[in-house]
This record gives sequence, C-alpha cells and structure tokens, in this order.
Amino acid sequence: MYGRALAPLALGTAAASAVAFGLVFFYAPLDADQGFIQKIFYLHVPMAIVALLGFLAGGVMAAMHLRTRDRVWDMRSYVAIHLSIILGLGVLVTGSIWAKASWGHWWVWDEPMLVSFLIVFLLYAVYQPLRFSIDDPGRQARYASVFAIAGAAFTVLNFVAVRMAAAYTHPRVFSQTGGNMPADMFLTFLVSLGAMALLFATLWTLELASKNAAERLRRVRRRLEREAEHAEAGERLARPEPAPPIRPAAASR
Amino acid sequence: MLEAPVAGVEPSAGGPSPAVELENLERRYGERLALEGVSARLGPGQTLAVLGANGAGKSTLLRVLATLLRPHGGTARILGASLPEEAIAVRGRVGYVGHEPLLYRELTGRENLRFHARLHRAGPERVEELLVATGMERRADEPVAELSQGMRQRVAVARTLLGDPPLLLLDEPRANLDPAAAELLEPLVGRASGRARVIVTHDLEAGLAESDLVLGLRAGRQVVYEPAGRADAPALARAVFS
Amino acid sequence: MVVDALAILRKDIRVELRAREAVPAMALFTVTAFVLFHFGFDRDRLDGDVAAGTLWVTLLLATVLGVNRLYAAEREQGGLEAMLLAPIDRTAIFLAKAAALLLYLVALELVAVPAFGLLLLGPDLVGSLPELGALLLVADIGLAATGALVGALAAETRARELIGPLLLLPLVVPLAIAGAQATEPLFTAPGVAENLGRWLGLMGLYATIFVLLSVALFDFLLED
Repeated sequence: MYGRALAPLALGTAAASAVAFGLVFFYAPLDADQGFIQKIFYLHVPMAIVALLGFLAGGVMAAMHLRTRDRVWDMRSYVAIHLSIILGLGVLVTGSIWAKASWGHWWVWDEPMLVSFLIVFLLYAVYQPLRFSIDDPGRQARYASVFAIAGAAFTVLNFVAVRMAAAYTHPRVFSQTGGNMPADMFLTFLVSLGAMALLFATLWTLELASKNAAERLRRVRRRLEREAEHAEAGERLARPEPAPPIRPAAASR
Repeated sequence: MLEAPVAGVEPSAGGPSPAVELENLERRYGERLALEGVSARLGPGQTLAVLGANGAGKSTLLRVLATLLRPHGGTARILGASLPEEAIAVRGRVGYVGHEPLLYRELTGRENLRFHARLHRAGPERVEELLVATGMERRADEPVAELSQGMRQRVAVARTLLGDPPLLLLDEPRANLDPAAAELLEPLVGRASGRARVIVTHDLEAGLAESDLVLGLRAGRQVVYEPAGRADAPALARAVFS
Repeated sequence: MVVDALAILRKDIRVELRAREAVPAMALFTVTAFVLFHFGFDRDRLDGDVAAGTLWVTLLLATVLGVNRLYAAEREQGGLEAMLLAPIDRTAIFLAKAAALLLYLVALELVAVPAFGLLLLGPDLVGSLPELGALLLVADIGLAATGALVGALAAETRARELIGPLLLLPLVVPLAIAGAQATEPLFTAPGVAENLGRWLGLMGLYATIFVLLSVALFDFLLED
C-alpha cells in the first residue's frame, strides 16, 4: 500500500531538490552581513521545521493508535519520530556550523530556536531506548504512543518557555527567520522547505513500505510454521492408536 | 465426582447468567497468537480445570478472564458482562489468585485487607470476618514481610474474597500452601464454596478430580474441551502434553 | 474516584512512613548536593542567578529519586495488579500517585530550602519566602503530574532506573527556566520580584497541560 506512492514522491523530491539547489546557489542573493555561509539557512531552517512537524505528526499518529488500537498507526508514528530524530541531528550540526561561522562560537545560547531544539532532541533521544526496553509488543506500542503524545505537547510548551526566557534576558541580536526577508530569499526558502518536506515524506513512505513487507513476510512464515505444527499434532491425535497395552507384557510373562 | 452435573455444556435456559462464556477467544502477543479458538461455557457453581504444558497459555487465559489482559478476538462474557467493554463490572466480582500474593510488605495483613476493602466497597467487618475464616486473626497485625509464604497466601485469598466474588480464578491454587492451610481454605475457595471456579493446573489427576469440565491448551490452541467425568486421563495427557 | 484516590494516597503515605524510602533519600541528596556545590564553585555564599540555579536544579534532580521510588512497591510487590483487579476508575491511581509525589516534594522542600538558606544562600531568605513558596508550589504541581506519568512509563521498562531520569530531565526544563528566572531577582535583593506573575503563569500552564495530558494518557499505560 505504501509502494505505490513511493515513485511519484521520490520523483517529486528529486525535482524539488534540484530546483531548491538551483535557487539557493544561483538565484538567492548573497547575504550582506554573513556572506556565503548564510546559505546554510536554506538547509538548517527547513530541516528544523520539518523535524518539528515530524515530531508533532508522530504525536497525532500516536493518538490515532490509542484511539483505534490499530498497530499501523504506531508504526507510522514510530517512523515519523525516528526520521525526525535523524533530521534533528542534522539541525544541531548545521546550526552549530552556522553559529561558528556567524558568531565565532560552535554553540550560542541566545538563539531560542536552536536551544529549544536541543531540549526537544534530548527528550526524543529517549524514545527508542524506551521502546526497545519493553518486550511485550502491544505494550511497547502503547507506551511509545503515550511518549509521542506527551512529547508533542511538550515540544510546543518548551518553545514558549525558551522564547520567554530569551525575551526577558537576552535582547535579540538579530533575527534569522524574521518576516523582513527579501522576496527572493523568501521564495528560495519556501522551495527549500517544500523539498525538505517531500524528502521526509519519501523516506517515511519508503521505511513504512519496507517495514510492511518484512512484517507480512514474518506473518506468512509464522502461519506456515503454525499450520505445520498443528497438522502434525492433529495427525497424532486423529490416528486412534491401538489401545495402549497397559501391562500386557508383565501379565504374559 | 463422576456424576457431577455438566449442565454447562448444554446452554441452560433462563436462570442466572453463566459464570464464563467464551467463544473463539483470541489473544495475541505481538504477531504470535498466545490464545486461539478458546470456547467454553461454565455455569454458576461449576469448576473448569485448565490444563496445559508450560507456556501453553493457561495463565494468559486466566489473566484475560480476570480483565488484566484484553481479549483481541472472539467474545468473552464473564458473569454476563462482556469484555473488554464492561470490564469494570467484572472487577471485584471475580477473585483472582495468581502466583504472587500481591500484598504490601510494609503493611500488616489487616491494613492490606482494609485498603483493598475500601476499593472493593466492603466494610471493615468483612475484613474481620475473612481474617477469622482464613485463620489469620491472631497474626493480622504483623507486617506481611514477617509472615511465612503460606500465611501470605492466606491473606491473599482473603483479599480475593473481599467482594464475595461468584467466580474464582485460581492459578495453581495449592502451590504455596501446606496441606493444613489448604484444608482450612477449602470451604472458602473449594468446590463447597458454591462459587464458579476456573483452576489452572498441570496436575492432571487433581484437576480432573475436582472439576466439572476440563479444557486443554496446547501452544495457545484449545485441543480439549469436555466434561471432566467423561475425560480419559491418558488420552488427555497425550493431547495436551505430548 | 476521589474517594478511591484518597484511599490509595493514604496507603502510599503509610507505606512511605513505614519504609522511609523516598523523602529521606531526596532530602539527603539535596543537602549533599549543596555541599558539593560549595566545593564545586569554591564559594561560601551564593547569590543571584547562581543561587537560583543551584536551588532549582538540585530540587529537580532530587525529584528523579522520588519518581524512581513512586511505583516501586506497586511493581515489586504486585500492588498495582491488585488495584487493577478492583472495581475502581484507574485515573484514581494516577491522581493518588501525583498527590503522593506532590506531598514528597513539599516535604523535601521544607527541609531543602531552609538548608539552602543556612548553607549556601548569601542574601536573606526569609524576606523572599512568600514568593519562593508560591513558585515552588506551582512548580511542584506540574512536577508531580509529569513525574507520576514518567514514573509509570518507565516502570514497565527493563532499564527503568535509566529511562526514568533521562525522560524526566528534559521534560522539566521549562520549570527550571521559569523557576530560576523568577528566583534570580529574589536572591539578588530579598523580596524584590520581577515578572513573577509571568513565570508563575508559565508554570501554571505547564502544570495544567501535564495534569490534563496525564489524566488522558494514564489509562493506556495500565490496560494490557
């Protein structure tokens, strides 16, 4: 069911990425203050936005799982969160590079977006350890879903808290995602964001398709094993064994 | 025991609802079926022995009946209430004795019972009554940590009976009891108690002797379901254990 | 439901009073941590942001100990299973656990805050007590809800003593932010608060969200 959407998604991603690449390097103007390194913005910010939306989507899918008790939703939520964690690592690395290039430090605490992201990332880093230290598959899915829902709510709350802290203690030095972006920069940004979202959707579909196939294979194999086992047992039961000689050997001797 | 009524096998018209009605009950562990195609019907006051090797699904079945695990397929009605939707109506009317006594070590027997009595909407006089019945009235104020295993089991049985349940679910009921304690508890949880009972055991002879019906599980699948009186012990053993 | 929750809470308090596990451990942990901070900073007296941060971070870390023990008796002695067999609304179990943790935290702070005032705090503590008390109480409510949920999540995992703290600590960052920010002016000039309402509001929002979230989600942790 995931296989069919995969080809158009992959093509769309390739096309959008190519367009975004072209716009970033040949269309968007060079930033007056930061120069060439500012172009990492078109990677960093879309990645951050898509990762955050992935966490939120994971929470919504987890809620669907608890609502419907359909394990498919847990699988979807798991893959979304898992991909967001990988993107999250990318966000932290690109953010760090950008910080080094613009401010001379590998890490800055007065950029609330980045700081919030670190906290959320630290929380979600526990998602997989939590999952895999629960043996019972049904319980694993439910516990992971509870985590995913709480995590999504926390993500929003945490942004509010970090932003408040930044607003009251550090006067913002300059805004990186502000609305006063030139139109050509903004267009490039939007296309990059679209490409990143498509990439996420493609990877999500791909991973689900492969998980789905593996699961189906496992199910078929298990059914065959079970049938063989029961057929064997049934055969043994059905065949009326000759009345067991209780103690004839002893009696005849 | 052989002439014990097995009316539960035929559907009884009217009267109180059956203690247990299962149809094609299913419970999965991930993709694996832990219980499959379990169908049974147990009338009020009757006893069902559940037999099976280790890992055959006996305890899983008991935990489903106790509402600790949700059924994943088929239907299950306990005392007329269907699981899992009406589980809350079942709780408190079913007494479950598992392998562990489920008591707080720091609290005394009486405190443990009083706590659960509150949750079961039973008064303190019910606690005293059960302490006497289980022969624990003189040791009731000692922390559970200081009681022997057999005594803990007696308190656990008392806890189980707080709501005067019409159905008992007993997982290897004699495992932790010395013969004297078993005899003492017999009127409370034995056949004479008048309660319907589901007994999990791997002691085939004892299971057959005190039951009306016998249900055999093998790798989660029901392979035997028949009146205990008609059961042929060697054939049963072959079907369930071999 | 409230009646059942109170019965469970009373049982929890009785077990804690008898076993004396959680609260003494938390109190001992905080006082020891203050000693460590004295040597770690090599300062006899702290004030301002450093003092506020030290107090809040220590309290939040001590909460981890309480959360780890919150479900210990239920898990190890089968208390939870026995409660699941009773005809009660399972939300009562969550409410009781959150209330128990709240009481543990208040008891802890009754020891830890005066100890901090005696051992490390430079400025006078007494003048700031009303504001600090309000902040701690609102934070404790949020902390109790989060802790009761996280404790239940971690209780059924194999590596529960790792998963619990790792889950709890990022989740309490907003409380650390609000607590430290609001306390800093109090520990700079006693009784002088800045933006107190705003930070209390944030903590209140946190508490509301996590109480509602936990009530909605707790049942799913119990039904197998």
